[in-house]
Formats: sequence, C-alpha cells, structure tokens
Amino acid sequence: MIRIQNLCKRYGAVTAVEDVSFEVQEGQVCVLLGPSGCGKTTTLKMINRLIEPTSGKVFIAGRDTAELDSVTLRRSIGYVIQQVGLFPNMTVEDNICVVPNLLGWDKAQSRRRAAELLEIVALDSSLFLKRYPRELSGGQQQRVGVARALAADPPVMLMDEPFGAIDPINRDAIQDEFMRIQRQVNKTVLFVSHDIDEAVKMADCVALFRAGNIEQFGSPDDLLARPASDFAADFMGSDRILKRLRLMHAESIARDAGAAGIAVELDRDGRLASQVPLRVRAADDLRQVLSAQLAKGTSWAACLDKDQRFLGVVLQSDILANLTQDTVAARQES
Amino acid sequence: MSRRLVLLLSAALLSLAAYSTHASIWGAIDAYREDVVYLSIQHMQLVAISSALALVVAIPLGIWMSRPSQHRYTLPILQFLNVGQAIPKLALLALAMSFVGLGAPSAIFGLWVATLLPVAVNTFEGLRAVPAHLIEAAEAMGMTRAQILWRVELPNALYVIFAGIRTALAINVGTAPLAFLIGGGGLGELIFTGIDLMEPGMLLAGAIPTALLAVATDFLVGQAQFRLIPKGVNPLR
Repeated sequence: MIRIQNLCKRYGAVTAVEDVSFEVQEGQVCVLLGPSGCGKTTTLKMINRLIEPTSGKVFIAGRDTAELDSVTLRRSIGYVIQQVGLFPNMTVEDNICVVPNLLGWDKAQSRRRAAELLEIVALDSSLFLKRYPRELSGGQQQRVGVARALAADPPVMLMDEPFGAIDPINRDAIQDEFMRIQRQVNKTVLFVSHDIDEAVKMADCVALFRAGNIEQFGSPDDLLARPASDFAADFMGSDRILKRLRLMHAESIARDAGAAGIAVELDRDGRLASQVPLRVRAADDLRQVLSAQLAKGTSWAACLDKDQRFLGVVLQSDILANLTQDTVAARQES
Repeated sequence: MSRRLVLLLSAALLSLAAYSTHASIWGAIDAYREDVVYLSIQHMQLVAISSALALVVAIPLGIWMSRPSQHRYTLPILQFLNVGQAIPKLALLALAMSFVGLGAPSAIFGLWVATLLPVAVNTFEGLRAVPAHLIEAAEAMGMTRAQILWRVELPNALYVIFAGIRTALAINVGTAPLAFLIGGGGLGELIFTGIDLMEPGMLLAGAIPTALLAVATDFLVGQAQFRLIPKGVNPLR
C-alpha cells in the first residue's frame, strides 16, 4: 500500500533522513519508533510532502506521490498531530467537515458524516457537534482530531505522536479506542512514536530509526525477542523480554487440563463445575495472566472463552517457557 | 478599557456642563447649533475617510508583512512603523501640512498616517501569533495558501487585529480636532476659537460633540468586535 524507496532529506550539510526504505501492507499499523531527532517525523512528513524529499520515492497504492499535485495528495491522506490542531474558530462539526468541504461534498452529506464520525470516536454527536474546541478536554479534542482525519475516508492515515500530550490513564484508553476504530475502518496507518509500550500495543510492524536510518524493521515481537543490534536491544529496554508478555494471549498457550495433570469438572455446556484458583479470559494478555497468578499465589489458571466455556489451563511454567524459547533459539543461531 | 475611559471623560464633561448652571451657557451653545451640525459632519467625514483609507492599506500591508516570503523586509518595515507611532500627532499634522499644504487633504493624510500604524502592526502581530501547528494542520489537510489565510489565519488573528483597529480609531477621533490647526475644519474650529476668544459656550459646543463622537465610535467598534469575531476565538463571548 505504501512503499518508501531510498528516501533522503538533507538540510545543507545536515542529513535528517539518510536512506530509508520500507513497505507497509494495506490495513496495517506501522509505528516509526526512535529517539528524538532520528528522522521519524521527517520521514512521515515526506509522505504527504509537507517536506519535499531530497531524493527517493514514495508510492501510495502503486502511484508515485511526486507526480501528484501536493494539495490533491494531502486531501487523500488523513493527518493527526500531537497538538491536535483543531481550528479554534470553528465548531467541532466545521472542523470535521474541513476536508469534505475542500473536496466539494454536498453540505448535508458532510454534516451527516460528521455526526457519524463523532459516534465512531465515542462522542455524543448531539452534545458535541456545535461545541468549540476550547470547550473540550485534551482527550476529547484528540478524538475529534482523529474523526477529522477520517472525514473523507482516506485510505492512508499519518499520525505524529497523536497521543503524546495526553495523560497516561487517558492515553491508554484512547489507544484502545483507536485500535477499536482501526479494526472498524481498516486504514493503512503510519504512526510516529517514541514510546515502546505504545508501539508494542498498536503496531503490526515497527520501523526502528536511528540517526536517519532504519536500524531494524519487523514485528513488535521481532524487535523485542530478536533485536538486531545493541542499539535496538538498548532502545527496547532491559525488560524487553517481559514486554513480550503483552503480545501473547491466554488462549494461545492454554493446554488440556488432563495432560497438565490438573483435574477440573465441567458441566454439559463445557462450563466449570469445580473450584479453580483463578479464571482468566481467552483474550487476556500474558502480562495480565502472570500478574494475576502472582497476586493469587497460584501456578495455573483456568482459561475461559467469552461464553464462560472452559478452554484449558494456563500454566506459569508455560508462560515462562514461551517467553524465553525463541530468544534462546535466536541466540544459539547467532 | 479605553471605552470605560472615554465614558468617564464624557460623563465628567457633561457634569461640568451641567454644573455651570448659567442658562447663558446652554443658550450660547444653542446659538452655535448650525455650526455644530455643519462642523460635526465635516469632522465625521475627516474621521471616516482617513480611517477607511487606513484600513484598506494597513490590513493588506500587515498580511503582506506576515508572509514567510517577505521575511527579510519585515523587520525594517516594523521598525519604520514603530518610529512613526512615536511621533506626536500634532507634529505629524504639521509635517503633513508642509508636504501637502493647508486644508482637508493634508488633515486626512496626517490622520491616515496616525491610523495606519497600529492597524498594520496589530495585523502583522496577530497573524504571526497564530500557532504554527494550526497552519501545519491546515496545510496537511490540503488547504491552499489562500484558503489557509482566509479560513485559519485571519479568523484566529481577528481579535488582535480588531484591538489594533480600536486603538487606531481612538487615536484618529482624538487627533481629528487638531485638523483645524492646519485648515482641515471639523469641531476643532469651535474648540480652538472658543479657547482663543475665552468663550466657554463656543468651546463646549465643540468639545461635547467631539466627546460624544468618540464614545459612539468606540461603541460601534466594540459591537463589531463582539459580533464579527468567531465565537471560538472571541474572549468577549
């Protein structure tokens, strides 16, 4: 969907982006990760040509963006920034309608779209459409910012640390919210962040930047389990192995109770009939499961699907084995 | 702030007039009724023409100065305008007279210069204060330069621009009586002649309408400021 080829940006003698190439498939979230000044934002801005590349090419859906008029190009790409950038002189509705208006949509149609989008980002349209940005909280503003970027239904979204200015509790909530929206709208998203946890949580693929180059490109699990260099290992943190817990879910390692030597009784519908020390949901990540096990002082938990049916048991030893297995294998290979 | 000041001054003036209970003074003012009407119209013409011309020139000038492409001219122009603001208005009128000659045109020219400066400076400063991320967002959404100016920059700078217009018009109305000194006419004719002849009735016949005119002007600009600036960026609403 987005193919970046030998992208380079120089300012006089300073090289901001040296030689960056990668590809993002349709519907994927790619996080550009790295310390400040590593060229990730410059790379992002070269995609909608807010910054013109010194050399190299960007293809969106197979078309060379350099051949398009920059204004037309930008109207087809959603853009969200950390400062949100809602226009304070316009109501929420007018803010969302900016791009539809630029594209010459019918007024009634773009208004319907604005109301629909507010509902998608979980804001009550009857309450918020006529408000001004200064009347919203930071989190609400950024929801509107996301709605505005989605207004004309662009296939590609660029997000520059969109949740960086929101407090940790709300940030977590708005990240979940965004993942839910993303499952619904299925955009190709390029997302700049310097927060590893955010990258691990949101990304299908991560481009780790260092001094204008891509240090490593891969899935979040690749980066955590198999960092390609000391820099990558350092950047992902000394607790990177533990961070992998968030990428795996209870159902993936639940095993048959009998084989594990644990006796559980089930009723006719497959629900638990006997007492167990801990119940976890299939979709819980292993960090939650392990943490609950440690809190309860138990070495196993019963894994249940959303209808409360028993799927199997999650053993603490399995969690730990899963965590180290491929990293050990990777180390032995190298 | 300035509106309250003008109100206070005019109230003081009116009570002064009321205090001098001599019916003779009211009679004297009444005696100048025809002059008051004629000169008020002339006075308002001076104010209206000079400030309209000033707005037409100053706002585009401020916009032009704020364009990034004009960056290297900005500082010299800004300094020139600031020096211009420092010149006393009476001296400005005298200078205007020595270039343009006696009469209304030189008065209008002098008032035009005095009004031009605050509007141009405030337009420039207001536009410069629009946060860079708003312009970036507008650009990234695919607005053209002109659309960014009209839909984002000007609406968000409007409060500061209006503050400049308000200051400028207060200066204009306050300086207009001096126009008489260079043959420009207006209510200054009654004020200065009244002083020279030690004729309080004549003096007040000029001063009271001048004060009322100032209050009315400020009220009108205040109303425009309240109504024309978009609600989201209007601290008054």
